[in-house]
Amino acid sequence: MPFKSTVGDYQTVATLETFGFLPPMTQDEIYDQIAYIIAQGWSPLVEHVHPSRSMATYWSFWKLPFFGEKDLGVIVNELESCHRAYPDHHVRLVGYDAYTQSQGACFVVFEGR
Amino acid sequence: MSKKYDAGVKEYRDTYWTPDYVPLDTDLLACFKCTGQEGVPKEEVAAAVAAESSTGTWSTVWSELLTDLDFYKGRCYRIEDVPGDKESFYAFIAYPLDLFEEGSVTNVLTSLVGNVFGFKALRHLRLEDIRFPMAFIKTCPGPPNGIHVERDRMNKYGRPLLGCTIKPKLGLSGKNYGRVVYECLRGGLDFTKDDENINSQPFQRWQNRFEFVAEAVQLAQEETGEKKGHYLNCTAATPEEMYERAEFAKELGQPIIMHDYITGGFTANTGLSKWCRKNGMLLHIHRAMHAVIDRHPKHGIHFRVLAKCLRLSGGDQLHTGTVVGKLEGDRQTTLGFIDQLRESFIPEDRTRGNFFDQDWGSMPGVFAVASGGIHVWHMPALVAIFGDDSVLQFGGGTHGHPWGSAAGAAANRVALEACVKARNAGREIEKEGRDILLEAAKHSPELAIALETWKEIKFEFDTVDKLDVG
Repeated sequence: MPFKSTVGDYQTVATLETFGFLPPMTQDEIYDQIAYIIAQGWSPLVEHVHPSRSMATYWSFWKLPFFGEKDLGVIVNELESCHRAYPDHHVRLVGYDAYTQSQGACFVVFEGR
Repeated sequence: MSKKYDAGVKEYRDTYWTPDYVPLDTDLLACFKCTGQEGVPKEEVAAAVAAESSTGTWSTVWSELLTDLDFYKGRCYRIEDVPGDKESFYAFIAYPLDLFEEGSVTNVLTSLVGNVFGFKALRHLRLEDIRFPMAFIKTCPGPPNGIHVERDRMNKYGRPLLGCTIKPKLGLSGKNYGRVVYECLRGGLDFTKDDENINSQPFQRWQNRFEFVAEAVQLAQEETGEKKGHYLNCTAATPEEMYERAEFAKELGQPIIMHDYITGGFTANTGLSKWCRKNGMLLHIHRAMHAVIDRHPKHGIHFRVLAKCLRLSGGDQLHTGTVVGKLEGDRQTTLGFIDQLRESFIPEDRTRGNFFDQDWGSMPGVFAVASGGIHVWHMPALVAIFGDDSVLQFGGGTHGHPWGSAAGAAANRVALEACVKARNAGREIEKEGRDILLEAAKHSPELAIALETWKEIKFEFDTVDKLDVG
């Protein structure tokens, strides 16, 4: 009987922290996450960085945090504008929580090359 | 007004049962579940507990007239029935702040759970809860970093952290041990953990382990582009050796160390925690021996007290049980004490076992660690129960994967992220858990195989220690 291996090979992947193990989100799925951030009372914030320094603590702000912004469409536009301005950069969306001075959400929406 | 010395034995309740007393904000309050010997009145039992855990002794002594004992004594101010239990009752006792040394959890426990637990008039005694006054809390160091600083250091946001204990827990050489760490971390875990039994045994001395683990952490970090850590257990036979290990972990550039706070002791723990704050090191806390103390429903110390004491003594992560896995713990009780670890104010809520309002002020929070007999199928429930400020640790659920630890780690990471994403999108993850996991498995063969491997495992035993509800 021919040998049949049932053990697969796990290849290490470079990932970008939260949601790095999921496939890229669809437009609707990104909307859901923005809606969650806004519903929690957090401020949306867009950041970008060149892939060569993705492990840095500080990524560049895109403009300023969108304090108090409640309009989903505005945030989607800002994400896309940032991506257009820096097409080779990673672009991430942050839900900034001023109460804890932490981030309630943070994930990469566009991966740079 | 001065008193006369009257030698002999007085009833405790004459001095220590004061139902009219209104507790002060600065008093330390305690709730004991008391089970007296037959025929001893409740008030006498409760007063005896108050006396023996504060200023009293069995006989009147002349030297107590040298001071104002009414100022220093603990007093029982309330007695309550335990719902559904005829033989036991709750005694609420107030202790003046000056009975305790500032910043010393050790001192509080020596008084409150000292001699009194062996007292003959009692059949059983259990310390259910302590309300620490703000005036005491402000003298304690607390967690060296806290939840938000840890998130910033480790760059982990918007989800629970993911870990696992290295297995087999005993017997691996340093190099083999580092290999398992590397496999788990490259597969997508944030942390790996020394088993609590690993200190510095003949098969693997601590220095050797630390060096191989540091290399594994570094490699995994470079290859994945994510921050990684391994809880290096610094628990040792003496404080000197404990600090030596902590120093070496720091020298190797490691982000986190570990301590076993009950077997190691509160004094050692508080010292190490202060060292961690000074040296920018995270501190993971294991709780070996807790079940000896907290599992019997009528005797010992409830874990919510041990959890509060740890927050005061210091630690950034503490094991809390899993609710759904192989170890003891019901859901409401667990939610009650993880609140004590993470929140800044927790109101009295008997349905969660919290007997007092507890204000933590500015003291940082502690991550709740769920570990023990959990696997991917538990993920939706774990995310729902523990929320984001938790570390979920899958030991067998990582290494037991048919493709090995890296694939097991990836399966857990995919499952975790799928649950968080679904929760954020407004789905009821506990109800829809099965669908969420099966959808996620479509793009992850590692998860598909994990789901197949563990589909039959359940841990459905009733808990031994339940909340007292009528």
